[in-house]
Amino acid sequence: MNKQMTTVEAVAQLRDGMTIGFGGWGPRRKPMAIVREILRSDVKDLTVVAYGGPEVGMLCAAGKVKKLIFGFATLDAIPLEPWFRKVRQAGEIEVMELDEGMFQWGLRAAGMRLPFLPTRCGLATDVTTHNDLHTIKSPYDDGEELLAMPALNLDMAFVHVNKADKLGNTLITGSDPYFDHLVARAAERCIVSAEEVVDKLELDAATARFSTFERYLVQGVIHAPKGAHPTMCAPDYGWDLSHMKRYAASAKEEGGWQVYLDEYVNSGEDAYQAANGGVDAMGKLPLPTF
Amino acid sequence: MTTNCEFTLTELMIVAASEAFRGDGEILASGLGIIPRLGASLAKMTHTPELLMTDSESLLVEEPIPVGPRGDYVPKYSGYMSFERVFECVWGGKRHAMIGPTQIDRFGQTNLSVVGDYDKPKVAMLGVRGLPGNSINHINSLFVPNHNTRAFVAGEVDMVSGVGYNPARWTEDMRQDLMEIRHIVTNLCVMDFGGPDHAIRVRSLHPGVTFEEVQENTGFELLKAPDMGETAHPTAEQLAIIAQLDPHNLRARQLKDNPPGIRAASTEQ
Repeated sequence: MNKQMTTVEAVAQLRDGMTIGFGGWGPRRKPMAIVREILRSDVKDLTVVAYGGPEVGMLCAAGKVKKLIFGFATLDAIPLEPWFRKVRQAGEIEVMELDEGMFQWGLRAAGMRLPFLPTRCGLATDVTTHNDLHTIKSPYDDGEELLAMPALNLDMAFVHVNKADKLGNTLITGSDPYFDHLVARAAERCIVSAEEVVDKLELDAATARFSTFERYLVQGVIHAPKGAHPTMCAPDYGWDLSHMKRYAASAKEEGGWQVYLDEYVNSGEDAYQAANGGVDAMGKLPLPTF
Repeated sequence: MTTNCEFTLTELMIVAASEAFRGDGEILASGLGIIPRLGASLAKMTHTPELLMTDSESLLVEEPIPVGPRGDYVPKYSGYMSFERVFECVWGGKRHAMIGPTQIDRFGQTNLSVVGDYDKPKVAMLGVRGLPGNSINHINSLFVPNHNTRAFVAGEVDMVSGVGYNPARWTEDMRQDLMEIRHIVTNLCVMDFGGPDHAIRVRSLHPGVTFEEVQENTGFELLKAPDMGETAHPTAEQLAIIAQLDPHNLRARQLKDNPPGIRAASTEQ
């Protein structure tokens, strides 16, 4: 029952060509320590499924993305995700661009083991022009034409949470849990990284409500303090705008990605933390005001 | 309307944005960006108090939260509205969002995805985000800070992200009746879709702006609303509320050079 593992062990489970989903939303609670480990690995030809933030841009920059299934890619404080934009404009990745709600419907269908879920979202737009999507007619008297959003089945899901135990129980204590529960349910396997890992959660009833999905969905637990950096992990710490600016600048520099990798990624997570002022400073990054 | 107050073009646009929400009742008002958000907040604090609003994250508030750093201001929450619940609200049609797309066409179709060829775009933007689902399910209004032919394009937008009133895009078995595009607020005028077959009309011109100037800066033909007049000037009360909602004067940075609400005569053609 001890599911604890390292990022190296987690990434060793990936195979070329897999479909991988990421929890979080834009620059919010992304499993970045795992993403950095993927960047250090040889895995390639991934289909990445995400409400995209810097994990999308970084994996694109590293040439690991064959296809991106997404509703958006943004760093919020820097609206246009720099590396996504660069790679997308160069026509280097396949895309399945979806409405945010369709995306959610695809995850739900996968979690419910359904081939599709009907929705109006996406009808009468170019989302249906550019994707292999089909409509169905309601079998009831209304006869309405609806879009059949196909299941987004994931081989692997990576999610970052505030707290976990070694059994795979998780707590998301930020005000919004986003759609991590749906990402976990849509996946064959789900590995979580957590700010804090304990042997066994023993909670009061109010705190237990911060659990948003069950441990039978979780096959691995990684202790990754500040593992969402440079994205925010409410209520623990905010996003690191200066780091995101540095990352964004790398898309404008000749050889910028290699410089970014050398400066932050290639030497491991301890070196990453040191390069960002250490865990104490990272933990004090203020939460953004919206 | 007469007023002795001095006001900026941004403040005039905030008031115009607030008018889009008038009479909406108990639905979620979402203004994306500083001017739309201040517009929705002003609507709730003046003519349409029934509106629901959030803290732009996951909590509901009955008193709109001022924009920017909060200082000593402590929000008073009235409920929970996570992203997941916002989607449920969207699909139930209980929302009016004001958004700023990159391109708009004569059908009200919007684009937030790419400019140019889809497979190798000249400019990749955010992605379609929630536009397809929002536009087909609930009321939307549009906000354009720089009214020109790059924003209001000839033909169709490059990638239709949000639906509009283009008959070629709909089949008779699709529910088109659930959508509505209410107002378009720009730095030149306010428009709506009240013409024949939802054609776009100019409802009001901002002080000193001519219909011809609006037409020149629009990639498709516009109609004049029968009662087309001048956009209402902010009242002293509205300006006071706007100042309270924007204590750091972020509104002054929303338009280039923060122009006055009433143009200097020399800029007239």
